[in-house]
Amino acid sequence: MKKILCTILALSSAFSLVLTGCGSSGNDSNGEVIVYNWGEYLDPEVLTIFEEETGIKVVYDEFETNEVMYPKVEAGATAYDVICPSDYMIQKMIENDLLAEINFDNIPNIKNIGTQYMEQSKEFDPENKYSVPYCFGTVGILYNKTMVDGPIDSWSVLWDEKYADNILMQDSVRDAFMVALKLNGYSMNSLNKEELETAKDALIAQKPLVQAYVIDQVRDKMIGDEAAIGVIYSGEAIYTQRENENLEYVIPKEGTNVWIDSWVIPKNAPNKENAEKFINFMCREDIALMNFEYITYSTPNTAAQALIEDEEIKNSPIAFPDLSQYENLETFQYLGSEGDELYNNLWKEVKSE
Amino acid sequence: MNSMKKKLLGLPYYLWCVVFILIPLGMVFYYGLTDKSGAFTLENIVSITAPEHLKALFLALLLSVIATLLCLLLAYPLAMILCGMQVNQHSFIVFIFILPMWMNFLLRTLAWQTLLEKTGVINSILHFLHLPGLNIINTPYAIVLGMVYNFLPFMVLPIYNALSKIDDNVIQAARDLGANGLQVFLKITLPLSTPGIISGITMVFVPALTTFVISKLLGGSKVLLIGNVIEEEFTQASNWHLGSGLSIVLMIFILVNMILSAVFDKDGEGNFL
Amino acid sequence: MIRNTAKKIYIVLIFIFLYAPIATLMVLSFNASKTRAKWGGFTFKWYIALFQNEDILSALSNTLSIALIASVVATVIGTAACLAIMSLKKRGRALILGITNIPMLNAEIVTGISLMLLFISMGLKFGFGTILLSHITFCIPYVILSVMPRMQQLNPSTYEAALDLGAGPVYGFFKVVFPDILPGVLSGFLMSFTMSLDDFIITHFTKGAGVDTLSTKIYTEVKKGIKPEMYALSTIIFLTVLVLLLLVNRNPATRDASSGSNDSAKI
Repeated sequence: MKKILCTILALSSAFSLVLTGCGSSGNDSNGEVIVYNWGEYLDPEVLTIFEEETGIKVVYDEFETNEVMYPKVEAGATAYDVICPSDYMIQKMIENDLLAEINFDNIPNIKNIGTQYMEQSKEFDPENKYSVPYCFGTVGILYNKTMVDGPIDSWSVLWDEKYADNILMQDSVRDAFMVALKLNGYSMNSLNKEELETAKDALIAQKPLVQAYVIDQVRDKMIGDEAAIGVIYSGEAIYTQRENENLEYVIPKEGTNVWIDSWVIPKNAPNKENAEKFINFMCREDIALMNFEYITYSTPNTAAQALIEDEEIKNSPIAFPDLSQYENLETFQYLGSEGDELYNNLWKEVKSE
Repeated sequence: MNSMKKKLLGLPYYLWCVVFILIPLGMVFYYGLTDKSGAFTLENIVSITAPEHLKALFLALLLSVIATLLCLLLAYPLAMILCGMQVNQHSFIVFIFILPMWMNFLLRTLAWQTLLEKTGVINSILHFLHLPGLNIINTPYAIVLGMVYNFLPFMVLPIYNALSKIDDNVIQAARDLGANGLQVFLKITLPLSTPGIISGITMVFVPALTTFVISKLLGGSKVLLIGNVIEEEFTQASNWHLGSGLSIVLMIFILVNMILSAVFDKDGEGNFL
Repeated sequence: MIRNTAKKIYIVLIFIFLYAPIATLMVLSFNASKTRAKWGGFTFKWYIALFQNEDILSALSNTLSIALIASVVATVIGTAACLAIMSLKKRGRALILGITNIPMLNAEIVTGISLMLLFISMGLKFGFGTILLSHITFCIPYVILSVMPRMQQLNPSTYEAALDLGAGPVYGFFKVVFPDILPGVLSGFLMSFTMSLDDFIITHFTKGAGVDTLSTKIYTEVKKGIKPEMYALSTIIFLTVLVLLLLVNRNPATRDASSGSNDSAKI
């Protein structure tokens, strides 16, 4: 008994000492910046470069969905400096007074961001005061050519019994309902009770065919041939194709979600200036390029786009699609707290079925 | 004077109890019994009767009862065999069966995910042997399996402790008086080990009923248990009132379980410690 | 004879059930191919990757420091509380022990949520501190429940005799009382340490940005997709625990003398 105790004490204190020793090296005292980002959504190397160049320590935290991110920021128990939510969530945060105006004098690299993307941002940030675009894309279907019959072009394939137990759905309420609403030809921002009931029934009917509701795992499961069809963000398509050449990405003909994820600074940010330095750094063309090559999500940074060497990717319809050829593209809007509750309750009904 | 000082020693803990046990629990009750405007309401508690919540609760009850029974069925014979072994052997063998408990809980669950997945280890082996695949990942079966695997040691230990306390002379006496093996088991071993069984049941049932991790990792988010509903009310829907209300309902079930075990285990003999 | 064979088979089956998953993880940690379905040759690269992953190392360091601090603090507060509880009257004692039982018997998810609500209303910044406070909270009951029985077996006259012979209260405590309750204190400490190491749910609700314990780190990694580094981590943790416990169990005689055979079977 005593021996276990001594061993544990000795081992753990030795470990902690060694480890904290490693951890604290290279930490200059220029403060810190607390970043809250999507999982696997930047090149970790970029953070090291930022720390070396500015002496600001990056505290990095990840979220899985917009819905998981929001309550944490709202509760304020952890004060973040920079967050990367999507369009409708930024709108919600602006309406609920959670965001600080960005001082664009501190972000000269904003010039690298294409004007069309700033224009697009006005849908949720009408005066371009609160957000700086980081990535954009669509939501579509990723399928394994060897596991399906013929090319796929419609959401309806997700209801095809042939692919029972081979379908991966998104485990987030808005994305799941988007698929069902679009399938039925409705707007994905619908608040119409009947339309939503139809969508809910569709999702319940689909549930027995679904292998799992996942978020970031879609990527690994599709690469590992675990499933034939998955609903996925366009940014993952290039990466997954590199790893598994049988995968193909398609934007369904019924239309889909066009989204932008942007950097924002919450009102209670303890290090706002560092946050602006961080955003400015992320907008630098070489850094944006590094991130693009690592995560393969389309970058709105036109200066970085010009630097892409691989012609195939530069002209890739997946990375930089010509969206004018698709119909029924939409961007999510914040639907108010009642809308949120309505969607949440319907989603819970689907999940508990 | 001396006893005064002794009482002072308890102050840090009494304070700790109030601040970190009673007040937090009070806050759960406060949120559970009020609405967003702060007015008193029973709505959050009554909402357990909404079909989606009721289904999640029912499924959680069903799966945890099955898992508890399976644990009991597996653990009791094991504890008996372990008890019957010679003394110098048994410390090592008992240790072997408790060792997995020291592995990180999430890694143990991850192991089953690895084994059960469609292209996982078990299916690869079955495929290699030209046998039909095993498709239980993302179903309630996988969740029950995960529960049994994770909580089995919690059932083995208290039963083993209770069994090892039984005086051999009692069993010997029963045999001398003409009892056969079955009679000895039913009349002596089983009643004397009841405290261990009860304590094991509590230790398996409560975490199984309230889990959200096992259902998330092995259920592919397809199976919604009451634990998942509560977790999501806090981490996604940010509806603390509803989440607290459902927590109160959950506590009622735990309370019932505790009262039952107190009735059966009056002396606290089967205590895990 | 048949009975004995049946017993052995049963033990072996349960043994396989318990260890096959762990063994699989260990084998896969040496698999050069990233997919589980194929054996791509023997490699140590996942171990190297693991030790280059600063996030996991800092999570490991957090886990160990939290477990160490939490169990030391819980042991001190808990043991002191036991002394005080002994001097309480019956009703007060029942009340305190009842409250002590709450964190042990309540669902972890409710304990986690209640602490989260408390910390938010206190305006605390979530991080190392909040995790530590919650871990101490759920560790103290384990200390009290393992020290109390020892305390009850004490003969109060020995302590009084020491005082009569001129020992101060503190000296008397450490010379007379403490050696007798030591096994209980130690097993309480170990229980706390283990519980803190293994906790996920309560940490999940009380952690803040950039502070992870191994459990929460594994959870985020698993949700992103299974990485072979996690297999390597499992192997290391398992082997560490195995070696530690083997060392302790190597000599049962001395162990029994120091703590009584019951305690060791319990942890």
